[in-house]
Amino acid sequence: MATTTAPTKSSGLPFTIKIEPRLEVPGWLSPAVSLGAIVVALLLGAVVLIAVGGDPVASYLHIAEAAFGDIGVFSDTLVMATPLIFVGLACSLAFRMKLWNIGAEGQFYMGALGASAVVLSGLVGEETPKPLVLGLMLIAGVIGGALWGFIPGWLKAKLNVNEIITTLMLNYIAIALANYFVFGVWSEGGFQMSRTFPKSAWLPRLLDYAKEVPLFRGLTTHFGLVLAVVAAVIVWYILYRSRWGYEIRLIGDNPRAAEYAGINIVRNSVLVLMTSGALAGLAGMSEIAGVVHRLQTSISPGYGFTGIIIAWLAKLNPIAVILVSVLFGGLILAGREIQPSGVPRLIQGIILFMLIASDVLMRYRIRIERR
Amino acid sequence: MTEVQNAANEMQAAVEMRAAVEMRGIVKRFPGVLANDQVDFDLRVGEIHALLGENGAGKSTLMSALAGLYKPEAGSITVFGKAASFNSPRDAIAHGIGMIHQHFTLIPSQTVTENILLGLDEPRFFMRLSDYDKRMAELGERFGLKIAPQTKVWQLSVGEQQRVEILKMLYRGVRVLIMDEPTAVLAPQEIEGLIKTLRAMASEGKSIVFISHKLNEVMHVADRVTVLRQGKVTAAGLPTAETSIPELAKLMVGRSVIFSLDKKPQQPGEVMLELKDVCADNDKGLPALKNISLTVRAGEVIGVAGVAGNGQRELAEVITGLRHCTSGQVLVNGEDVANQSALAAIRKGVSHVPEDRTHVGSAPNLSITDNVIMKSYRQSPLASGWSLNYVAARKKAETLKDEYSILAPSVDTQARLLSGGNLQRAILARELSAKPKLLIAMQPTRGLDVGAIEGVQRLLLAQREAGAAILLSSEELEELFALSDRILVMYEGEIVGDLVEHDLVQIGLMMTGGKKNEERKEKREE
Repeated sequence: MATTTAPTKSSGLPFTIKIEPRLEVPGWLSPAVSLGAIVVALLLGAVVLIAVGGDPVASYLHIAEAAFGDIGVFSDTLVMATPLIFVGLACSLAFRMKLWNIGAEGQFYMGALGASAVVLSGLVGEETPKPLVLGLMLIAGVIGGALWGFIPGWLKAKLNVNEIITTLMLNYIAIALANYFVFGVWSEGGFQMSRTFPKSAWLPRLLDYAKEVPLFRGLTTHFGLVLAVVAAVIVWYILYRSRWGYEIRLIGDNPRAAEYAGINIVRNSVLVLMTSGALAGLAGMSEIAGVVHRLQTSISPGYGFTGIIIAWLAKLNPIAVILVSVLFGGLILAGREIQPSGVPRLIQGIILFMLIASDVLMRYRIRIERR
Repeated sequence: MTEVQNAANEMQAAVEMRAAVEMRGIVKRFPGVLANDQVDFDLRVGEIHALLGENGAGKSTLMSALAGLYKPEAGSITVFGKAASFNSPRDAIAHGIGMIHQHFTLIPSQTVTENILLGLDEPRFFMRLSDYDKRMAELGERFGLKIAPQTKVWQLSVGEQQRVEILKMLYRGVRVLIMDEPTAVLAPQEIEGLIKTLRAMASEGKSIVFISHKLNEVMHVADRVTVLRQGKVTAAGLPTAETSIPELAKLMVGRSVIFSLDKKPQQPGEVMLELKDVCADNDKGLPALKNISLTVRAGEVIGVAGVAGNGQRELAEVITGLRHCTSGQVLVNGEDVANQSALAAIRKGVSHVPEDRTHVGSAPNLSITDNVIMKSYRQSPLASGWSLNYVAARKKAETLKDEYSILAPSVDTQARLLSGGNLQRAILARELSAKPKLLIAMQPTRGLDVGAIEGVQRLLLAQREAGAAILLSSEELEELFALSDRILVMYEGEIVGDLVEHDLVQIGLMMTGGKKNEERKEKREE
C-alpha cells in the first residue's frame, strides 16, 4: 500500500494535488514544520487582529514585551511556566503509552494537599530545618499525586475501566477534597484559605538572594523551576535511556508487539499513571511552597488541562516541554497584561490548531502537479 | 399467469448462457507481489460461480477489482455487455455489482433497516422508517432471508448479520453478488441456510461469485468453478459436475519448481517441545485447538500444513505463552510452560516469528534498533541495571543489519518504512540471533519475493543444523516439503494427518476437510 496516491478530485483545475506518504522523515523536518506552523498561526492571528481593527505588529510587540520584555516579567513568566513544565511532563509520560491521563488537574490538587498537610497537620514545627520540611513536602506531594494516578491505574488494570473517565472524574473529587480542608479543617478564621506557611516551608526564591546579587531584587522565580528542569531531564532519561522507558514506548506504539516481547502491560499501566500523577503532584507542591505559601481555593487556573496542550505541542518530548511551557507561561502572563485579554488566548488557540494540523506534513508529502 | 410465467421461463433460458461479467487480462500488483497475473474470469447470468484458491492466490484481489475497490493496472472488465471501469464500490454497485467482505460493515447500534438505508439518499427528509421496515421484510421473504427489520444489529448472530449484508446489496439492486469466504464465519446450520438463499437468488437471475478455499463447499454449492494459484488461473469455468475433489485439490495446490535446498540428513536429538492434549479457545471464545498432541525434537523441522484459520495461530500462541490453554500440557525442554507468561517462554529459549509481522512482530513507529532489541533488552550487554545501553543496542542493530542484509538507510529508520521482505529479515534477525532452542516460525516467507524466500529458508535450515527444534507453519506446501522432516496437517483445530512422505494430493485433501468427509461417508456406508 506504500505507493497509494490519492488524487483529491478530478476538477477543472489545471493541476492535481497528490498526497503521498513520506518514506523517509529527515531529522530537521519536525522543528521546521513546528516553526512554520507557528509563523502561519501568527499570520492568521494578524488577519483576525486587522479584521477587528487592531494593529497586529503593535499587539505582538506588546505581548512579547509583557511576557519577555525585561528580567522582571521574564521571571514572572518562569514562575508561570514552572507548574506547566511538571504537568506537561506528567501528560507526556502517560500519553507516550497511550494512557490518556486528563487528571493532571486533580493530581495537582492532591500534590498541593499532601504538601500542605505536612505543614498544617503539625507534623513539622517552626524550628524544623528548612531542607527537612521541604523534603517532606516534596515526598507528600509525590504521594498525593501518585495516589490519584494509582486509582485510575488500578481500576484499569483490574476492571478495565477507561482511564479517561476515571481521571477526569477524580479531578472533581480532588478539588472538592482540597476545598473541604480549605473551608473546614484548616480554614484561617473562616476565610477560604489556610494560615500562611512558616518560612521554613517556602521554596527559596531569587529575591531571597537580593542582598548578594542586587539584580535579583523582586524576582519571584523559585526553586521549583530547578526541580521542574531536573524532572524533565529525568523523564527524558527514563523514556530514551532506560529499560522501563523502552517498554513504555513499545507499549505505546504497538501493545500487541509489547505483549509478544513479554512485557507486562497491566503493571506498566499502573506504574506509568502513578508516575504521571506524581509529576502533576509535584506541580501542586511547587506552586504551594514556591508561590502561594498557603492552601487556598483556586490554586490552579486549569494548569492540569493546559498540561495536555503542552504535551502535544512538545510532541511528548520532555525537553521540548520546557520550551513550550515558557512560551505558554508568557502567553498566560500577557493575557493578564493585555486588553482585551482574549488576544493572547486567541493566539494560543490558533498556534495549537496549526501545530496539530501541521502533523500531516510529517507523514505525507503534498505535491502539486500540472496536468 | 401461466403465460407470464412461460414467457419468464423462456427469457430465463435465453439469458441462461448470457455473460454477466467478463474480465480479461487483469493484472494487479502490490509492492513486491504480483497478485493477479493476466487473469480472465467469466460469470454467467444466474449461476453460482466458485472462485477457489489458497490464501494469497489472488481471489479477493480479483474480486476487489470487480467491486471497484482496486483499479487493476491492466485488463478490461465488461459488465452485461458494456465496458466498465470503476472508481469506487459505489460505482460498481451502480453497475449492479456488490461485494460482501469477510468483515462486515454494519453499525451495531442501529437497526437492520437503518443499516440497509445507510449511505442511500432515502428516506429523503422524514425518518419514517416503518414503510421501509415493511419493504425490508418483504425483500427478505423473497429470498428466504428471515430477519426482523427493527432489530438492532448488535443483537444479531453472525449469520444474521451476514443476511443483513446480503439484503443491503439486494436493496441496492445488485445483479452480481460477490461473497468473500461467506462460510468462514458461519456455523454448519447457518451454512445450509446461506446456500438456500444463494440458490434462490440464482434462480431469480442473480449471479453469484463464491470465494472459498473449501473444496466440499465448492462442489456442493457452485455450478462452475475457477481456480487461481499464485495469481494465475489454473482452471477457468470448470463445471463442478465434471470435476472431483482430488482434481480441484491438485489444481489449487499445484506443483511448482522446488528450490534445491541442501537439507542434510540429520539424527534428531532430544525432545524440545511436547504438547499433550492441548485445548484452547480463539479470540471469540470458541474452541480453536482440540486435543493437540505433538513433539518436536532438537535438530528437526516439523511442518504444519493447513489453510489459514484452522488453529495454527492459536497453536503458536499457546506455545509462546501468549494464549492460555483450557486444558493439556505444553512441555518445553521437559518443563510445563502452559498458561505462563510470554516472558517465561522467551527465557526458556523459545523464539517466535509471528504470522502478523506488522501488528504483532514489530513496532511500526520505532526504529530498527528498537525493534531488534525487543527480546534481548533485558540482558547484558544491552541492559545495565535500570538503564539501557543504546550504544550497545545500535552496535547490535548494525551487526544484524549487515548479517541479515536488511536494506534501510540506517538503523534509525522506522520499521514501518521497511518493505515486507526487509521487515521479515529484521524480525528473523531478532529471533534467530537469540540462538533459540525452539523456534516457532509462522508463515515466515509469506508475501516475500522469490529471492527473499530462499534466503529465509536457508536461515531456517541453518537453525536446524545448529540444533534448534523448529515448528514451521506454512501455506506453501512446497516449502514444507523442502524444509520439513515430518508434516502435520491441521484442519479445524485438530491434527488430521501426520506424514513423512510428501503426497501433495493427500495433504491437499486433508487441509480442506476432504479426507475427513470421506471417512465420515465411509462410516455411514458401513
